Amino acid sequence: MADEPLVLGIETSCDETGVGIVRGTTLLADAVASSVNDHARFGGVVPEIASRAHLEAMVPTIQRALDTAGIKASDLDGIAVTAGPGLAGALLVGVSAAKAYAWALDKPLYGVNHLASHICVDQLEHGRLPEPTMALLVSGGHSSLLLTTDITSDVRPLGATIDDAAGEAFDKVARVLGLGFPGGPVVDRMAREGDPKAIAFPRGLSGAKDPAYDFSFSGLKTAVARWVEGRRRAGEDVPVADVAASFQEAVTDVLTRKAVKACRENGVDHLMIGGGVAANSRLREMAQQRCDKAGITLRVPRPGLCTDNGAMVAALGSEMVWRGRASSSLELSADSSLPVTEVSVPHNDVHGEAYRALGGGA
Amino acid sequence: MLLLAFDTATPAVTAAVHDGTAVLAQTHQVDARRHGELLLPAVAQVLAEAGADKHQLTGLVVGVGPGPYTGLRVGLVTAAALGHALGLPVYGVCTLDAIAHQARTEGLTGPFTVATDARRKEVYWASYDADGVRTEGPSVDRPAELTARPVAVGAGALLYRDAFPDARAPEHVSAGAMADFAATELAAGRELLAPLPLYLRRPDAQVPAGYKAVLPA
Ligand SMILES: [Zn+2]
Repeated sequence: MADEPLVLGIETSCDETGVGIVRGTTLLADAVASSVNDHARFGGVVPEIASRAHLEAMVPTIQRALDTAGIKASDLDGIAVTAGPGLAGALLVGVSAAKAYAWALDKPLYGVNHLASHICVDQLEHGRLPEPTMALLVSGGHSSLLLTTDITSDVRPLGATIDDAAGEAFDKVARVLGLGFPGGPVVDRMAREGDPKAIAFPRGLSGAKDPAYDFSFSGLKTAVARWVEGRRRAGEDVPVADVAASFQEAVTDVLTRKAVKACRENGVDHLMIGGGVAANSRLREMAQQRCDKAGITLRVPRPGLCTDNGAMVAALGSEMVWRGRASSSLELSADSSLPVTEVSVPHNDVHGEAYRALGGGA
Repeated sequence: MLLLAFDTATPAVTAAVHDGTAVLAQTHQVDARRHGELLLPAVAQVLAEAGADKHQLTGLVVGVGPGPYTGLRVGLVTAAALGHALGLPVYGVCTLDAIAHQARTEGLTGPFTVATDARRKEVYWASYDADGVRTEGPSVDRPAELTARPVAVGAGALLYRDAFPDARAPEHVSAGAMADFAATELAAGRELLAPLPLYLRRPDAQVPAGYKAVLPA
């Protein structure tokens, strides 16, 4: 197998149809077709709209990635695809397409975990991940602290949100403030004009007896809504920039504090931050300060690689090939709740065999 | 001519290879929840059974529905990707037309209706005249709201006997019949459909009524 495996990755777990092409740890193409604007008026991602958009965008996005990379599909060493977690119907479009390409091109297929891909994408920016690496994954769908020693086989969850994901809190606060959807970029922008100390919003699960590595953003979101509504009822102006900055400060404070604590307590000196919220400028800034202070090396990919994309899937696929990991079978299924510990869905189809042993299941 | 046909718009996952004259191989598995898992292995299987190499294919035929969307998209995206990777034309066939074609080749004469299960107590349906030409549909409706359909085939007809008293097989689509329909149309110089989904319904999505306050009113 090639030293620098050439792998195409397909990502359709939410509203971005992403196709990336990677050679080893070098990014050759990162084509994304987003349906985000089609969801905006609904205030959140509508699964059926996302699935329809994935079907329409699939082949053109693949072609665009191949053109950008300047390669032929037949040159590839493998096809990787997000098998889960994510929206079931959306995942299924990507998985079905990946299988078709893998079979038509006689290439191995790698069904991989979306969360592990978010971590692995950093290899495209900063080279191979140190072992071990602590990862803070924050997006509209997830907020977790993960410890990995080998990104193709060993990802251990240390903590996760017990209610809303961090990105969800951004969306909800943006709605409260009338800033539209998605909330992350606009809150970040507004916050730059505001005072992060203006309002003392609560830091969830930060008490001495609270779980050290879990997160909670639901209470914060409600606190922001109450504060804003209180102002409006009193007939006072809402200082949108101050609210955005103070809310953002509360989120990033908790995220970075817990991430640094997790590194310290587990003897890990590299922290990686990924997921859409990792594009947040204050999170990046605060994480850098706190990591510098704690002697931890911070790795955050550029914002375009933090949000969902195909490059991250290709990055993990390439690593799978490089390490000689098992490929997936053509019976690979999309798993909307694929556990984070399952970095890939390997060939041995235990479920399928059990299913067939039962006569196809009734 | 060597066509690979498949359909995932009904609970059946079905694939077939057709040489322009006859069906060389075909598979048929009914499992409405596993279209994604079953389709590609079924495709590989029919090609192997037909003794054909995928690089010998001259075209792909795919059912464009109507049918439940999640399954329907498995077939359509698979067809689009295979067509792209193998450099083949992809032809769309209305799934109901394929069922109608099958019913006629199995001996059904006279005008009839094809109805499949659209879930939510509705059927996808279309009507055909004695020559097999589609005269109405495809549409999605509640069976009770349809005018009387004397003869009908398909799982939707079999499910709603009140609306379709004379319902009969075939229940689901077969890719062999779909391939045969496509081969006939192509040989006659007629155009097939674009390989785009016939959804017939808009996505379920509601614009939020407005911001919901957290504080009690
Ligand atoms: Zn993500």
